Amino acid sequence: MADKVKSKRIRPSSGISRRRALAGLGAAAAGGAALSALPGFVRYAQAQSSAPIKIGFQVHRTGIGAAYGRWYARTTQAATQVINEAGGINGRPVEIIAEDDGTDPKRGAEVIEKFATQHGADVAYGTLFSHVVIGSAPRAGELKIPYFVVSEGHHVASGMLNRYTLQPGITDVKSQVQSMAPWVASNLGKKVTMIYPDFAFGHNHRDYFSAAMAAQGGEVIGKIAIPPTESSYFKYFPKIPRGTEVLYHVMVGPGVLTFVKEMGEFFGAKGPRIFGFIDSLEAVNIASPGLEFLEGSYFWEGHPRHAQASSGKFDAFYRAKVGVDANGASLDDPKDIATYSHMFGCWETLHTIKRGMESAGYRGPGDRAKLIEAVEDIKAMEESQAHPQGAKIFNGKTHQVFGHQFISQVGGGKLNVVHKTAIEEGFYKDEVDYTKQPL
Amino acid sequence: MDFGPHLLLASLEGAVGAAVLALTALGLSLVFGVMRIVNVAHGAFFMLGAIVAWWVADALDAGSALNFLAALIIAPLAAGAVALVAERTILRRLNYNPESTIVATIGLLYVIEQVALMTYGPDARPVEAPWDFRVQLPWFGYSGYKLMVIAASIAVMLAVWWGLTRTRIGLMMRATQFDRETARAFAIPVDKVYGGVFAFGAMLAALGAVLVVPIQQAHYLMGNDPLLLSFIVVIVGGLGSLRGTVLAAVIIGMSDGIISVFFTPTLAKIIATLVVAMILVIRPKGLFGTQSA
Repeated sequence: MADKVKSKRIRPSSGISRRRALAGLGAAAAGGAALSALPGFVRYAQAQSSAPIKIGFQVHRTGIGAAYGRWYARTTQAATQVINEAGGINGRPVEIIAEDDGTDPKRGAEVIEKFATQHGADVAYGTLFSHVVIGSAPRAGELKIPYFVVSEGHHVASGMLNRYTLQPGITDVKSQVQSMAPWVASNLGKKVTMIYPDFAFGHNHRDYFSAAMAAQGGEVIGKIAIPPTESSYFKYFPKIPRGTEVLYHVMVGPGVLTFVKEMGEFFGAKGPRIFGFIDSLEAVNIASPGLEFLEGSYFWEGHPRHAQASSGKFDAFYRAKVGVDANGASLDDPKDIATYSHMFGCWETLHTIKRGMESAGYRGPGDRAKLIEAVEDIKAMEESQAHPQGAKIFNGKTHQVFGHQFISQVGGGKLNVVHKTAIEEGFYKDEVDYTKQPL
Repeated sequence: MDFGPHLLLASLEGAVGAAVLALTALGLSLVFGVMRIVNVAHGAFFMLGAIVAWWVADALDAGSALNFLAALIIAPLAAGAVALVAERTILRRLNYNPESTIVATIGLLYVIEQVALMTYGPDARPVEAPWDFRVQLPWFGYSGYKLMVIAASIAVMLAVWWGLTRTRIGLMMRATQFDRETARAFAIPVDKVYGGVFAFGAMLAALGAVLVVPIQQAHYLMGNDPLLLSFIVVIVGGLGSLRGTVLAAVIIGMSDGIISVFFTPTLAKIIATLVVAMILVIRPKGLFGTQSA
């Protein structure tokens, strides 16, 4: 009996013996050899110059940014396919290495580190949520890996980040709200109450829209901040001050549909006029039950979700490649609505990385500094297959791109564009010159 | 908004929160009271209820009222079944040891959460309310469905109370809670009672979630807040005391609603946690507890 107990203790319970471990390693090595003998691997096993360009894609696959992450991934895949079919970058194929950051700043920095040290990625790319960008950018700067964000936050152009962080594919909040304010003040009203998420992105809205309204002779009379993880919103609506003419809402996170529905329950048909950022309803069908009260209200859009008569052939090409129908839903599932006003940024950023790498003659991580300088040299971007959202102007000093904005009115369950701003309306004075920072 | 209507709105919001919280916490309290198990996976059962509700509504697609009704029946049954399997295969094998079961239910929480993430995905999805009815008060509108949630929760709690005090099964449960060994001596199938109670606790959580899903949407992380609040309620109310649990749920839920409306939701959470700390210091048994926490 005692012997039995003893022998039980000595034997390792996991059952992995040295012989087995060796056999396993051998099998793995053989498998690896077999794999590299496959036709697909031959190409990359040659010289450095034909190896793929590795782009580390920091994706919000889980956490509060998941809906955006799904569409950012689809757009990235489509753009990569288009680029590779046209010969890749400098004749080399593009390979996307996706890592989930959980929409979490701490994890974001770790993901950047993995790209740089483990995956040997050439650049990092693709982050949306501003707190993840702010958490990750310092690490990208330390590791000297170019970090192309698709975030909308003003933190790039404000000078808060570093020379390795660029935003060439999507406009920032400061520029967006500045070009919205004149239209809101002259068409909807001058006394505005703002509802926004209580983190960096929302604070950008609060600060820059307030300033832009003041410049128009308007006033923001109420500022209501809501934590982005909130799931119940009704309690915030009584804080909207009396005398509010325009309710300005922008919300993110999994609860956005609840937020807008509860707004409708609270006001019914007799509320103030409503101007929202489409972020409040990205990935949500505008014709959902409970949203009827939005009829006639206005939204900012970065890129019109519903195909317009004015949408050109480049938008049609982009829409088809990503797999989005004329109503902004997935071709496979009409219930799966795109984050159309943001995801074009992924497509355009990848094309800008291509343009930068080609003009820098990029060959490998040793040329990262040259890539940064090449992108900083870019000025005009024409409306094209690479830029389906429209023409843009890049500011190499602030690392921020500027473009057109859209205002759409809800009518018959669709978003119909009623106003398109000029690029220049979004300009503001440079707050930083990153080109003066060392590389 | 004037003070009166503002207070009314705050009270309504608080009452809805309290109604759902009472159901969830009641499940946690029952499991602890009868089995002496701290079920950390309770929030996961809550989330499971919401997700199954979405699945049922999506698969059935028979109009919002029928969808909801089906979800109301199927989701708690599904959560109960998962709980029963977990109880039979995990908790029973640990002999309901208090320390081991805490660790085991933490594991269960992760397993359920990850399986939900892998199958249901990371999105928040809505289940339509059974009816689209809005009460227009002179100062603001209010969802008729939310008022129904309060009524439904009261009805369920009355039924649980009746079941515990007036039925044979309730008697068995109370006997097991009072003294496991003596109950066994009186031929009460303690083993089956344990399985039933664990499943029933999960069903109450799932029921709370089905009620909440038309208000909040189903999401794989939605169980965390209810779990925290349920623990707070159970500690404040007194471990194992159903009366205390319901009263504490009303107090915590209402104060959470009212403080959230007049001040901020963060302050409401701070105060609730502070109350727990104070109660643990001043009255470790909780309001109606029979043994110390």
